[in-house]
Amino acid sequence: MKNFIPFILLAFFAFSCAQETGNTQTLTPDADNGGLILPEGFSAIIVADELGRGRHIDVNDNGDIYVSLRQHSENNGIACLRDTTGNGKADIIEYAGEHVGTGIKLHNGYLYFGADNEVVRYPMQEGELLPGNTWERIAYGFPQEGQHEAKPMEFDGKGNMYVTVGAPSNACMEQMRTKGSPGMDPCPLLEYSGGIWRFDENTPDQHQLENGERYATGIRHAVATRWNKTVDELYVVQHGRDQLHSFFPEMYTTEENAQLPAEEFLLVTEGSDFGWPYCYYDQLQDKKVLAPEYGGDKTTQGRCEDKKDPIMAFPGHVAPNDLLFYTGDMFPERYKNGAFIAFHGSWNRAPEPQEGYYVVFVPFDGENPSGDWEVFADGFAGEEVIESTSDAEYRPCGLAQGPDGSLYVVDSNEGKVWRIIHS
Amino acid sequence: MKINYIILLLALTISACGSKGQKSEEQSVQQTNESAETKSEIQPDHPGKKVYDSVCLACHMANGSGVPGMHPPLAETDWVTGDKERLIKLTLEGMSGKIEVKGEEYNSIMPPHSHLTNKQIADVLTYIRGSFGNNASEVTVEEVQEVRNSL
Repeated sequence: MKNFIPFILLAFFAFSCAQETGNTQTLTPDADNGGLILPEGFSAIIVADELGRGRHIDVNDNGDIYVSLRQHSENNGIACLRDTTGNGKADIIEYAGEHVGTGIKLHNGYLYFGADNEVVRYPMQEGELLPGNTWERIAYGFPQEGQHEAKPMEFDGKGNMYVTVGAPSNACMEQMRTKGSPGMDPCPLLEYSGGIWRFDENTPDQHQLENGERYATGIRHAVATRWNKTVDELYVVQHGRDQLHSFFPEMYTTEENAQLPAEEFLLVTEGSDFGWPYCYYDQLQDKKVLAPEYGGDKTTQGRCEDKKDPIMAFPGHVAPNDLLFYTGDMFPERYKNGAFIAFHGSWNRAPEPQEGYYVVFVPFDGENPSGDWEVFADGFAGEEVIESTSDAEYRPCGLAQGPDGSLYVVDSNEGKVWRIIHS
Repeated sequence: MKINYIILLLALTISACGSKGQKSEEQSVQQTNESAETKSEIQPDHPGKKVYDSVCLACHMANGSGVPGMHPPLAETDWVTGDKERLIKLTLEGMSGKIEVKGEEYNSIMPPHSHLTNKQIADVLTYIRGSFGNNASEVTVEEVQEVRNSL
């Protein structure tokens, strides 16, 4: 505590300083845009580097930045960044919080954090960079089975919190990821995973199955989730299933395995069922088809006819890890209310080259996309052709919008943070 | 000898720099891989490669580097080059729970592979113990059978 008082003072002065000078007039982009390839008129600044294994990111109204970490850095799981000079570079970097995980969101004076097994919240303190360390548990009881455990959370502005509970499975096979093992029918995992659960955002200690409600189902895993405030609906982008070729080599070539199934962009309303594990979306045929574990032959729809389709389909395995609807005024008008999606990049395209490792933009009109998706920010991976996932230098994993309309991107390899601006 | 010392010093410097240095690790892996191409006894037509490509490659990658935070690397880790019994057992039974490999934490699941024959397992383990910069002894069919009997 002794060291804390001078820090508060320092933080206070720093904060005042940032308030005065923190505007885009003084931002000078990095000469090479921090290695990113961006559309004309856009540029980027490296805000910070080597924070740790970054996951998601949020930015406060005063410009302070919070990054969740997958592994402890300096015994903490939240990197807290402040730029006191207004040049876009974080000059104060502190670590806080004992949890590690993915979800991180500032909401109503709290910093909510999605550890893999629980959602907690730390109190924010006016003017201070660091959250208080007395956290409380909001939701718990999530499956701990070593697969798809990231817990992003979203808020609808009406007091509800939405949490992805990924299925601890690839395709609900009887024997986990084992060739020849049939799919369980009905899939018992759907009772406690493979969907979105809704909680009260303020009630402490809610158990997933006793106090939470299943809001939507048939979603294998969705790390990219966002409440769209313009249309007041929840959107997620699903990680589609893996290993069609490994388990069904007679049915799928390695090339088909690299393409299929689509990563699905979903508009999630209450009671929606998107069909996992029985179905997957084939973007080459534009339809949901029966999974081979459930008797599918690549084209038969069967019970999948009734499942809800995606609003857009992306290539297979590119791993959508964050979604953001842009509401700022800095970017040109066509970006307003459109979606940015951070693709973490694939592993299950091998032996074909890997794909992804970019941020895409999807224009929107109301609830639906108004045009095709386009790569917005590229160059993260560093190399043109990525054969093994670890060849990618950086992997975009989290997105946030700053108070001035800047777009922040965090990488998961090194914890590098870029701020993308338009001038 | 002088050259050896320089290489050793260089390697030490590289590893010393790697506090958060995944890049440094990758560099040293690449270097060893390059030298392994000339030293390793494992040939591209080794029967273990066929098993590797169809069963292991999807997760552990063509160069054995794994997937960061998800699937552990097979290159230059004691999990592969160390205790053979442990390696055979985890191949047969699969594995779950938190483990640390080369300073990184992993908490995913590897499915069991007891459906593979003793020969397939012996071949593929021999292949990974002698590839990706690894230079450890072979695994025999008898050793696999022995571990299988004990489970």
